[in-house]
Amino acid sequence: MANERMLMKGNEALAEAAVRAGCKCYFGYPITPQTEIAAYMSKRMPKCGGVFLQAESEIAAINMVYGAAATGVRAMTSSSSPGVSLKSEGISYAAGCDLPCVIVNVQRAGPGLGGIQPAQNDYYLATRAAGHGDFFLIVYAPSSVQEMADYVVKAFDMADKYRMPAMILTDGVLGQMMEPVVFSDPSDSTVNKDWAATGHKNERKHNIINSLYLQPEELEKSNIARYKKYDIVKAELPEAESYLTEDADIIVTGYGASARIVRSAVNAARAEGIKAGMIRPITLWPFPAEAYAKTVDTCKAYLCVELSMGQMIDDVKLATSCRRPVRFFGRTGGVIHTPAEILEQIRTIAKEELK
Amino acid sequence: MTSEIALAGFGGQGILFAGKVLAYCGMLADREVSWLPCYGPEMRGGTCNCSVCLSDDPIGSPVVNDPDILIAMNEPSFVKFIDKVKAGGYAFIDSTLVDSECTRTDIKVFKVPATKLAADNDLQGGANIILIGKLIKETGIISMDGIEATIRKMVPAKKAQLIENNMRAIRLGYEYAE
Repeated sequence: MANERMLMKGNEALAEAAVRAGCKCYFGYPITPQTEIAAYMSKRMPKCGGVFLQAESEIAAINMVYGAAATGVRAMTSSSSPGVSLKSEGISYAAGCDLPCVIVNVQRAGPGLGGIQPAQNDYYLATRAAGHGDFFLIVYAPSSVQEMADYVVKAFDMADKYRMPAMILTDGVLGQMMEPVVFSDPSDSTVNKDWAATGHKNERKHNIINSLYLQPEELEKSNIARYKKYDIVKAELPEAESYLTEDADIIVTGYGASARIVRSAVNAARAEGIKAGMIRPITLWPFPAEAYAKTVDTCKAYLCVELSMGQMIDDVKLATSCRRPVRFFGRTGGVIHTPAEILEQIRTIAKEELK
Repeated sequence: MTSEIALAGFGGQGILFAGKVLAYCGMLADREVSWLPCYGPEMRGGTCNCSVCLSDDPIGSPVVNDPDILIAMNEPSFVKFIDKVKAGGYAFIDSTLVDSECTRTDIKVFKVPATKLAADNDLQGGANIILIGKLIKETGIISMDGIEATIRKMVPAKKAQLIENNMRAIRLGYEYAE
């Protein structure tokens, strides 16, 4: 079954790929629309020598990840928006201890308990404020079931490489939909985790995993060192897909499920003779600013499309240095935009901005 | 070519499964496919629908707003979706459960008493597959060989008797003439 195309839900494909990436510990708590991840892990983990545990709460689950990751194993938790809010304290602790781990957020509409339909309203949470304190997560935004599988593997690899937590920021559409997926061969992490708390056997100095620094100067030093690492991540990791951007007058941008709908709208606009293109960020942090910056000279206007009231648009404005108009179109509350609605926005921009 | 298909009916009629059969069949034919369920507060007895796209190109939106092909297996689904079918499209209606008449003349409508056919042929729960049989006959978007291969792959070995039942349902729909 190694290279066979399989028809799977995004949630299940992500879970299977995580197992193949060597995830040995999964801790979860049910919440729509991500429960299939936990359900899949509950069947799969016992068969491959891993641990599945349904925790008593989201908070417990993230702290179990924190503990497992401290021993150097690949550990993961998943939830949906309200559950990820609950995990934020633990995520901050993991970041403060430089622990590699993977957190999956299959977003649903908020705020509050909100609704269970797809949304992209946790962009700020993922890229700005996944918890208290000065820190970032690596954030991947897959846009197909295949990418749900591919990027969870990459998230584990990059989390290990840079010693920091990584998040898969996806949504109910991608979690619930089925598409063909091909799994790559299982990989083994070759990263040397000599920092892990694995028992010193009186043979080495013991490793301490801790985020508490009572001396301000020490904590400042630790934070500055972490930000130096972030500079390297920002230089090495940004990833984006550019589609028909070379000659585009209007660039429409969106991530995840939105990007799929944007692509349909861009194709429809091209069929009408409007030179539209798309930039799809794959890493949301670090944001792929360069993909935008190199279009600013030729592109005349941008349109940011999100399933939110407008969050990623801030990064698009920064990436384009506000040199061109950046308009916004979003649906929220679990409503999904149609290609026709986005096409109408593109037509309006063509009328108003391309004179 | 892209076919956007909406399937709708009561929870428990096998709407999601029928959609999965179509998607699986497309995948085995090496096409691009997507399947998206509604996952709201649906439950057995409530309404339920799913979107399936079969295409030769990468699929953009997996949400089917204006289907090329509609399968409607109850009255509320018929009412909700019939006006959304694209002109020139197809609608396959379970006429055992849908009383309304379709007044549109710009789409091809096929009424199949699928639930009754299933009951008369000892194929309870097979109305969804009967409608797929009719869909294959009228649209040609998937082949009989393809559907047989699909059903053989999807049915687990220990439930092998279901292969013949499903193929009987396919043939009932395929051969049904109004």
